[in-house]
Amino acid sequence: MSKVKIARKSTRIDMTAMCDVAFLLLSFFVMTATAKQPEPKPVDAPASTVQDKLPEDGVAVITIGDKQVFFTIPRAIRKETFKLVAAEKGLPVSESDLTNFERVDGFGMPLNKIQGWLKLPPADRTKEGVQEGIPYDSVNDQLAVWVKQARQANKQFLEQQMAEGKDVEFKDLDIAIKGDAKEQYTTVKRVIDILQEQKKNKFFLVTGLRGKDF
Amino acid sequence: MAELNTGGGGGDGKKVRSKKSNPGVDLTAMVDLAFLLITFFMLTTTLSKPQSMPLAMPDKEPQDQPKDNTPVPEDRMMTILIGKDNRLLWYMGKFETPRIPPSEATFGKNGIRKEILKNTAYAKQFAKKDDEGLIVNIKASDASSYKNLVDILDEMAINKVQLYAIGDITPAEIDLLKKTGLY
Repeated sequence: MSKVKIARKSTRIDMTAMCDVAFLLLSFFVMTATAKQPEPKPVDAPASTVQDKLPEDGVAVITIGDKQVFFTIPRAIRKETFKLVAAEKGLPVSESDLTNFERVDGFGMPLNKIQGWLKLPPADRTKEGVQEGIPYDSVNDQLAVWVKQARQANKQFLEQQMAEGKDVEFKDLDIAIKGDAKEQYTTVKRVIDILQEQKKNKFFLVTGLRGKDF
Repeated sequence: MAELNTGGGGGDGKKVRSKKSNPGVDLTAMVDLAFLLITFFMLTTTLSKPQSMPLAMPDKEPQDQPKDNTPVPEDRMMTILIGKDNRLLWYMGKFETPRIPPSEATFGKNGIRKEILKNTAYAKQFAKKDDEGLIVNIKASDASSYKNLVDILDEMAINKVQLYAIGDITPAEIDLLKKTGLY
Protein backbone atom coordinates (compact mmCIF):
# COMPACT_ATOMS: atom_id res chain seq x y z
CA MET A 1 0.00 0.00 0.00
CA SER A 2 1.20 3.39 -0.86
CA LYS A 3 2.44 5.45 2.06
CA VAL A 4 1.72 8.73 0.32
CA LYS A 5 -1.84 9.58 0.67
CA ILE A 6 -3.20 11.95 -1.95
CA ALA A 7 -5.46 14.25 -0.10
CA ARG A 8 -8.61 14.71 -2.06
CA LYS A 9 -9.54 18.32 -1.85
CA SER A 10 -12.97 19.54 -2.63
CA THR A 11 -12.88 22.09 -5.50
CA ARG A 12 -16.26 23.54 -4.84
CA ILE A 13 -16.42 27.35 -4.68
CA ASP A 14 -19.41 29.04 -3.23
CA MET A 15 -20.57 31.59 -5.82
CA THR A 16 -23.28 33.25 -3.78
CA ALA A 17 -21.24 36.36 -3.15
CA MET A 18 -20.39 36.89 -6.80
CA CYS A 19 -23.97 36.36 -7.78
CA ASP A 20 -25.05 38.99 -5.26
CA VAL A 21 -22.59 41.54 -6.64
CA ALA A 22 -23.65 40.79 -10.19
CA PHE A 23 -27.30 41.42 -9.43
CA LEU A 24 -26.46 44.53 -7.43
CA LEU A 25 -24.61 46.03 -10.39
CA LEU A 26 -27.39 45.02 -12.71
CA SER A 27 -30.01 46.69 -10.54
CA PHE A 28 -27.90 49.84 -10.45
CA PHE A 29 -27.68 50.07 -14.21
CA VAL A 30 -31.32 49.21 -14.75
CA MET A 31 -32.36 51.98 -12.41
CA THR A 32 -30.02 54.62 -13.78
CA ALA A 33 -30.85 53.93 -17.42
CA THR A 34 -33.50 56.42 -18.54
CA ALA A 35 -36.25 55.46 -20.93
CA LYS A 36 -35.88 57.15 -24.30
CA GLN A 37 -38.71 59.40 -25.41
CA PRO A 38 -40.15 58.56 -28.83
CA GLU A 39 -38.71 60.94 -31.39
CA PRO A 40 -41.18 63.09 -33.27
CA LYS A 41 -39.78 61.69 -36.49
CA PRO A 42 -37.10 59.03 -36.93
CA VAL A 43 -34.26 60.83 -38.67
CA ASP A 44 -30.93 59.47 -39.85
CA ALA A 45 -28.45 62.23 -38.99
CA PRO A 46 -25.32 62.47 -41.17
CA ALA A 47 -22.00 61.48 -39.64
CA SER A 48 -19.05 63.74 -38.94
CA THR A 49 -15.66 63.45 -37.28
CA VAL A 50 -16.32 66.29 -34.85
CA GLN A 51 -16.62 64.87 -31.35
CA ASP A 52 -18.14 67.78 -29.46
CA LYS A 53 -21.10 66.66 -27.42
CA LEU A 54 -24.43 68.37 -27.46
CA PRO A 55 -24.98 70.35 -24.22
CA GLU A 56 -27.01 68.42 -21.67
CA ASP A 57 -29.89 70.80 -21.13
CA GLY A 58 -31.05 74.16 -22.31
CA VAL A 59 -31.12 72.96 -25.92
CA ALA A 60 -34.12 73.06 -28.21
CA VAL A 61 -33.91 70.70 -31.18
CA ILE A 62 -35.34 71.33 -34.63
CA THR A 63 -35.79 67.98 -36.40
CA ILE A 64 -35.96 68.10 -40.19
CA GLY A 65 -37.09 65.12 -42.21
CA ASP A 66 -39.08 64.65 -45.45
CA LYS A 67 -39.51 68.43 -45.79
CA GLN A 68 -41.29 68.45 -42.39
CA VAL A 69 -40.05 70.35 -39.38
CA PHE A 70 -40.53 69.30 -35.76
CA PHE A 71 -39.59 71.14 -32.60
CA THR A 72 -38.45 69.73 -29.26
CA ILE A 73 -38.45 72.17 -26.35
CA PRO A 74 -36.67 71.52 -23.02
CA ARG A 75 -39.20 70.38 -20.45
CA ALA A 76 -38.78 73.29 -18.04
CA ILE A 77 -40.04 75.89 -20.49
CA ARG A 78 -42.61 73.91 -22.45
CA LYS A 79 -45.76 75.24 -20.81
CA GLU A 80 -44.57 78.83 -20.87
CA THR A 81 -43.60 78.63 -24.55
CA PHE A 82 -47.01 77.29 -25.51
CA LYS A 83 -48.71 80.02 -23.47
CA LEU A 84 -46.67 82.73 -25.19
CA VAL A 85 -47.24 81.32 -28.66
CA ALA A 86 -50.97 81.02 -28.02
CA ALA A 87 -51.04 84.59 -26.74
CA GLU A 88 -49.20 85.91 -29.79
CA LYS A 89 -51.40 84.06 -32.26
CA GLY A 90 -54.63 84.66 -30.36
CA LEU A 91 -55.30 80.98 -29.74
CA PRO A 92 -57.35 80.14 -26.66
CA VAL A 93 -55.71 77.29 -24.73
CA SER A 94 -57.08 75.44 -21.75
CA GLU A 95 -55.12 74.19 -18.76
CA SER A 96 -55.50 70.59 -19.93
CA ASP A 97 -53.97 71.52 -23.30
CA LEU A 98 -50.98 73.00 -21.49
CA THR A 99 -50.58 69.91 -19.31
CA ASN A 100 -50.77 67.61 -22.33
CA PHE A 101 -48.29 69.77 -24.20
CA GLU A 102 -45.85 69.57 -21.33
CA ARG A 103 -45.87 65.80 -21.56
CA VAL A 104 -44.98 65.71 -25.25
CA ASP A 105 -41.31 65.73 -26.13
CA GLY A 106 -41.17 66.80 -29.75
CA PHE A 107 -44.11 67.91 -31.84
CA GLY A 108 -44.86 69.06 -35.34
CA MET A 109 -48.37 70.33 -35.91
CA PRO A 110 -49.73 73.59 -37.29
CA LEU A 111 -51.38 75.75 -34.65
CA ASN A 112 -54.89 75.27 -35.97
CA LYS A 113 -54.62 71.51 -35.45
CA ILE A 114 -52.43 71.22 -32.41
CA GLN A 115 -55.18 71.17 -29.80
CA GLY A 116 -57.01 68.36 -31.58
CA TRP A 117 -53.76 66.44 -31.74
CA LEU A 118 -53.03 66.96 -28.05
CA LYS A 119 -56.38 65.44 -27.17
CA LEU A 120 -55.41 62.16 -28.84
CA PRO A 121 -54.16 59.33 -26.61
CA PRO A 122 -50.33 59.35 -26.42
CA ALA A 123 -49.96 56.15 -28.45
CA ASP A 124 -51.88 57.65 -31.38
CA ARG A 125 -49.93 60.92 -31.37
CA THR A 126 -46.65 59.40 -32.43
CA LYS A 127 -48.08 57.13 -35.10
CA GLU A 128 -46.67 57.53 -38.58
CA GLY A 129 -48.35 60.07 -40.74
CA VAL A 130 -50.26 61.78 -37.94
CA GLN A 131 -47.93 64.74 -37.45
CA GLU A 132 -47.69 67.12 -40.38
CA GLY A 133 -44.81 69.30 -39.36
CA ILE A 134 -44.72 72.96 -38.37
CA PRO A 135 -45.31 75.35 -41.30
CA TYR A 136 -42.23 77.37 -42.21
CA ASP A 137 -43.04 79.05 -45.51
CA SER A 138 -42.85 82.84 -45.66
CA VAL A 139 -46.65 83.24 -45.74
CA ASN A 140 -47.28 81.18 -42.61
CA ASP A 141 -44.03 81.11 -40.65
CA GLN A 142 -45.03 79.36 -37.44
CA LEU A 143 -41.56 77.94 -36.82
CA ALA A 144 -40.18 81.45 -36.32
CA VAL A 145 -42.91 82.12 -33.73
CA TRP A 146 -42.15 78.92 -31.84
CA VAL A 147 -38.40 79.58 -31.76
CA LYS A 148 -38.84 83.19 -30.73
CA GLN A 149 -41.21 82.35 -27.89
CA ALA A 150 -39.06 79.45 -26.74
CA ARG A 151 -36.15 81.85 -26.40
CA GLN A 152 -38.38 84.31 -24.57
CA ALA A 153 -39.66 81.61 -22.21
CA ASN A 154 -36.09 80.52 -21.55
CA LYS A 155 -35.10 84.10 -20.74
CA GLN A 156 -38.00 84.43 -18.30
CA PHE A 157 -37.16 81.08 -16.72
CA LEU A 158 -33.52 82.05 -16.15
CA GLU A 159 -34.52 85.44 -14.76
CA GLN A 160 -36.87 83.73 -12.34
CA GLN A 161 -34.12 81.34 -11.27
CA MET A 162 -31.72 84.20 -10.70
CA ALA A 163 -34.38 86.05 -8.67
CA GLU A 164 -34.68 82.94 -6.50
CA GLY A 165 -30.99 83.23 -5.84
CA LYS A 166 -29.90 80.16 -7.78
CA ASP A 167 -26.47 80.19 -9.31
CA VAL A 168 -27.28 80.37 -13.02
CA GLU A 169 -25.79 82.59 -15.64
CA PHE A 170 -27.83 84.07 -18.44
CA LYS A 171 -27.53 82.15 -21.68
CA ASP A 172 -29.73 82.31 -24.75
CA LEU A 173 -31.51 79.07 -25.60
CA ASP A 174 -29.23 76.85 -27.70
CA ILE A 175 -30.74 75.56 -30.91
CA ALA A 176 -29.68 72.27 -32.45
CA ILE A 177 -30.65 71.17 -35.94
CA LYS A 178 -31.11 67.46 -36.46
CA GLY A 179 -31.65 66.87 -40.12
CA ASP A 180 -31.94 63.71 -42.13
CA ALA A 181 -28.85 63.08 -44.22
CA LYS A 182 -30.84 62.70 -47.42
CA GLU A 183 -32.78 65.90 -46.82
CA GLN A 184 -32.63 68.46 -49.59
CA TYR A 185 -30.52 71.45 -48.75
CA THR A 186 -33.38 73.89 -49.49
CA THR A 187 -35.33 72.90 -46.35
CA VAL A 188 -32.29 73.16 -44.10
CA LYS A 189 -31.35 76.47 -45.71
CA ARG A 190 -34.86 77.80 -45.00
CA VAL A 191 -34.60 76.79 -41.32
CA ILE A 192 -31.15 78.42 -41.04
CA ASP A 193 -32.57 81.56 -42.70
CA ILE A 194 -35.42 81.65 -40.17
CA LEU A 195 -32.89 81.46 -37.34
CA GLN A 196 -30.70 84.14 -38.90
CA GLU A 197 -33.70 86.46 -39.24
CA GLN A 198 -34.05 86.23 -35.46
CA LYS A 199 -30.35 87.01 -35.12
CA LYS A 200 -29.68 83.48 -33.90
CA ASN A 201 -26.44 82.89 -35.79
CA LYS A 202 -24.81 80.21 -33.68
CA PHE A 203 -26.33 76.75 -33.48
CA PHE A 204 -25.43 73.08 -33.44
CA LEU A 205 -25.84 70.42 -36.08
CA VAL A 206 -26.53 67.00 -34.58
CA THR A 207 -24.38 64.35 -36.24
CA GLY A 208 -23.30 60.79 -35.78
CA LEU A 209 -19.66 59.82 -35.33
CA ARG A 210 -17.25 58.49 -37.93
CA GLY A 211 -13.53 58.27 -38.53
CA LYS A 212 -11.52 60.42 -40.96
CA ASP A 213 -11.21 57.65 -43.49
CA PHE A 214 -14.01 58.38 -45.94
CA MET B 1 -19.40 25.64 -10.28
CA ALA B 2 -22.19 27.80 -8.87
CA GLU B 3 -24.41 25.60 -6.89
CA LEU B 4 -27.39 26.00 -4.75
CA ASN B 5 -27.77 23.19 -2.30
CA THR B 6 -31.12 22.83 -0.70
CA GLY B 7 -30.77 21.68 2.93
CA GLY B 8 -30.41 17.91 2.79
CA GLY B 9 -33.30 16.00 4.30
CA GLY B 10 -32.13 16.26 7.93
CA GLY B 11 -34.91 16.77 10.32
CA ASP B 12 -37.40 14.65 8.48
CA GLY B 13 -39.55 13.26 11.15
CA LYS B 14 -41.49 11.24 8.63
CA LYS B 15 -41.24 7.59 8.28
CA VAL B 16 -40.58 7.70 4.57
CA ARG B 17 -37.31 9.29 3.67
CA SER B 18 -36.42 10.24 0.19
CA LYS B 19 -33.60 8.04 -0.97
CA LYS B 20 -32.59 10.48 -3.72
CA SER B 21 -29.51 12.58 -3.22
CA ASN B 22 -29.95 16.34 -3.18
CA PRO B 23 -29.94 17.50 -6.76
CA GLY B 24 -28.77 21.04 -6.13
CA VAL B 25 -29.24 23.75 -8.76
CA ASP B 26 -26.46 24.75 -11.09
CA LEU B 27 -26.49 28.55 -11.26
CA THR B 28 -23.72 29.06 -13.81
CA ALA B 29 -26.17 30.00 -16.53
CA MET B 30 -27.89 32.59 -14.40
CA VAL B 31 -24.64 34.28 -13.50
CA ASP B 32 -23.63 34.33 -17.16
CA LEU B 33 -26.90 35.99 -18.10
CA ALA B 34 -26.55 38.50 -15.28
CA PHE B 35 -23.12 39.58 -16.54
CA LEU B 36 -24.40 39.78 -20.07
CA LEU B 37 -27.17 42.11 -18.99
CA ILE B 38 -24.76 44.25 -16.97
CA THR B 39 -22.48 44.64 -19.94
CA PHE B 40 -25.44 45.54 -22.13
CA PHE B 41 -26.63 48.26 -19.76
CA MET B 42 -23.12 49.60 -19.21
CA LEU B 43 -22.69 50.07 -22.92
CA THR B 44 -26.11 51.48 -23.72
CA THR B 45 -26.06 54.23 -21.12
CA THR B 46 -22.92 55.79 -22.54
CA LEU B 47 -23.91 55.68 -26.19
CA SER B 48 -27.01 57.82 -25.94
CA LYS B 49 -25.41 61.30 -25.95
CA PRO B 50 -25.60 62.66 -29.47
CA GLN B 51 -22.66 64.37 -31.08
CA SER B 52 -22.99 67.86 -32.44
CA MET B 53 -21.13 70.19 -34.72
CA PRO B 54 -21.20 73.88 -33.87
CA LEU B 55 -21.98 76.21 -36.76
CA ALA B 56 -21.76 79.99 -36.75
CA MET B 57 -23.30 82.04 -39.53
CA PRO B 58 -22.55 85.69 -40.27
CA ASP B 59 -25.20 88.28 -39.51
CA LYS B 60 -27.82 88.48 -42.21
CA GLU B 61 -27.49 91.82 -43.99
CA PRO B 62 -30.74 93.77 -43.86
CA GLN B 63 -31.74 94.86 -47.36
CA ASP B 64 -31.45 98.58 -46.82
CA GLN B 65 -27.93 98.67 -45.46
CA PRO B 66 -25.02 99.09 -47.88
CA LYS B 67 -23.17 95.91 -48.71
CA ASP B 68 -19.99 95.21 -46.86
CA ASN B 69 -17.19 96.21 -49.21
CA THR B 70 -14.08 94.93 -47.43
CA PRO B 71 -11.62 93.65 -50.03
CA VAL B 72 -11.73 89.90 -50.26
CA PRO B 73 -8.25 88.35 -50.42
CA GLU B 74 -8.67 86.60 -53.74
CA ASP B 75 -5.47 84.67 -53.59
CA ARG B 76 -6.44 82.87 -50.43
CA MET B 77 -10.11 82.26 -51.09
CA MET B 78 -11.43 78.94 -52.28
CA THR B 79 -15.05 78.51 -53.26
CA ILE B 80 -16.77 75.12 -53.19
CA LEU B 81 -19.98 74.72 -55.18
CA ILE B 82 -22.03 71.66 -54.24
CA GLY B 83 -24.21 70.21 -56.98
CA LYS B 84 -26.46 67.20 -57.28
CA ASP B 85 -25.54 63.51 -57.00
CA ASN B 86 -22.72 64.14 -54.49
CA ARG B 87 -20.60 66.06 -56.96
CA LEU B 88 -18.92 69.39 -56.47
CA LEU B 89 -16.89 72.07 -58.19
CA TRP B 90 -14.25 74.27 -56.69
CA TYR B 91 -12.15 77.23 -57.77
CA MET B 92 -9.73 79.71 -56.24
CA GLY B 93 -10.29 83.45 -56.33
CA LYS B 94 -13.23 85.42 -57.71
CA PHE B 95 -15.75 83.76 -60.02
CA GLU B 96 -15.20 86.23 -62.83
CA THR B 97 -11.41 86.05 -62.66
CA PRO B 98 -10.46 82.80 -60.96
CA ARG B 99 -6.88 82.18 -59.92
CA ILE B 100 -7.45 78.47 -60.42
CA PRO B 101 -10.37 77.77 -62.79
CA PRO B 102 -13.31 75.60 -61.65
CA SER B 103 -12.69 71.87 -61.60
CA GLU B 104 -14.70 68.97 -60.34
CA ALA B 105 -13.78 66.95 -57.28
CA THR B 106 -15.29 64.07 -55.34
CA PHE B 107 -16.09 63.97 -51.66
CA GLY B 108 -13.74 62.21 -49.33
CA LYS B 109 -10.08 61.98 -48.55
CA ASN B 110 -8.97 61.31 -52.11
CA GLY B 111 -10.98 64.10 -53.63
CA ILE B 112 -11.76 67.39 -52.01
CA ARG B 113 -9.49 66.81 -49.02
CA LYS B 114 -6.42 66.63 -51.26
CA GLU B 115 -7.54 69.80 -53.02
CA ILE B 116 -8.05 71.64 -49.74
CA LEU B 117 -4.60 70.62 -48.55
CA LYS B 118 -3.04 71.75 -51.82
CA ASN B 119 -4.85 75.05 -51.64
CA THR B 120 -3.86 75.58 -48.01
CA ALA B 121 -0.23 75.37 -49.11
CA TYR B 122 -1.01 77.65 -52.06
CA ALA B 123 -2.72 80.21 -49.83
CA LYS B 124 0.19 80.22 -47.38
CA GLN B 125 2.37 81.76 -50.10
CA PHE B 126 0.18 84.81 -50.17
CA ALA B 127 -0.24 85.17 -46.43
CA LYS B 128 0.95 88.54 -45.22
CA LYS B 129 0.62 87.65 -41.54
CA ASP B 130 1.36 84.42 -39.75
CA ASP B 131 -2.20 83.67 -38.78
CA GLU B 132 -3.57 84.08 -42.31
CA GLY B 133 -4.44 80.92 -44.15
CA LEU B 134 -6.98 79.49 -46.54
CA ILE B 135 -10.48 80.97 -46.60
CA VAL B 136 -13.27 78.73 -47.87
CA ASN B 137 -16.64 79.89 -49.11
CA ILE B 138 -19.14 77.03 -49.13
CA LYS B 139 -21.99 77.51 -51.57
CA ALA B 140 -24.50 74.69 -51.62
CA SER B 141 -26.98 74.68 -54.48
CA ASP B 142 -30.61 73.65 -54.09
CA ALA B 143 -29.81 70.33 -55.72
CA SER B 144 -27.44 69.26 -52.95
CA SER B 145 -28.36 67.28 -49.86
CA TYR B 146 -27.84 68.11 -46.20
CA LYS B 147 -25.28 65.30 -45.97
CA ASN B 148 -23.13 67.06 -48.59
CA LEU B 149 -23.07 70.21 -46.48
CA VAL B 150 -22.17 68.31 -43.31
CA ASP B 151 -19.42 66.44 -45.20
CA ILE B 152 -17.86 69.72 -46.34
CA LEU B 153 -18.12 71.22 -42.85
CA ASP B 154 -16.46 68.06 -41.60
CA GLU B 155 -13.62 68.56 -44.11
CA MET B 156 -13.19 72.06 -42.70
CA ALA B 157 -12.76 70.60 -39.24
CA ILE B 158 -10.44 67.80 -40.39
CA ASN B 159 -8.18 70.11 -42.39
CA LYS B 160 -8.32 72.80 -39.72
CA VAL B 161 -9.31 75.51 -42.18
CA GLN B 162 -8.77 78.86 -40.53
CA LEU B 163 -11.86 80.63 -41.84
CA TYR B 164 -14.91 79.32 -43.62
CA ALA B 165 -18.40 80.56 -44.29
CA ILE B 166 -21.61 79.35 -45.87
CA GLY B 167 -22.50 81.72 -48.66
CA ASP B 168 -25.35 82.20 -51.09
CA ILE B 169 -24.82 80.75 -54.53
CA THR B 170 -25.00 83.28 -57.37
CA PRO B 171 -27.00 82.80 -60.59
CA ALA B 172 -23.76 82.75 -62.60
CA GLU B 173 -22.51 79.86 -60.51
CA ILE B 174 -25.80 78.02 -60.94
CA ASP B 175 -25.34 78.39 -64.71
CA LEU B 176 -21.89 76.91 -64.41
CA LEU B 177 -23.30 73.97 -62.48
CA LYS B 178 -26.00 73.49 -65.11
CA LYS B 179 -23.41 73.52 -67.88
CA THR B 180 -21.33 70.84 -66.19
CA GLY B 181 -24.47 68.81 -65.49
CA LEU B 182 -24.33 69.20 -61.74
CA TYR B 183 -27.66 70.92 -61.20
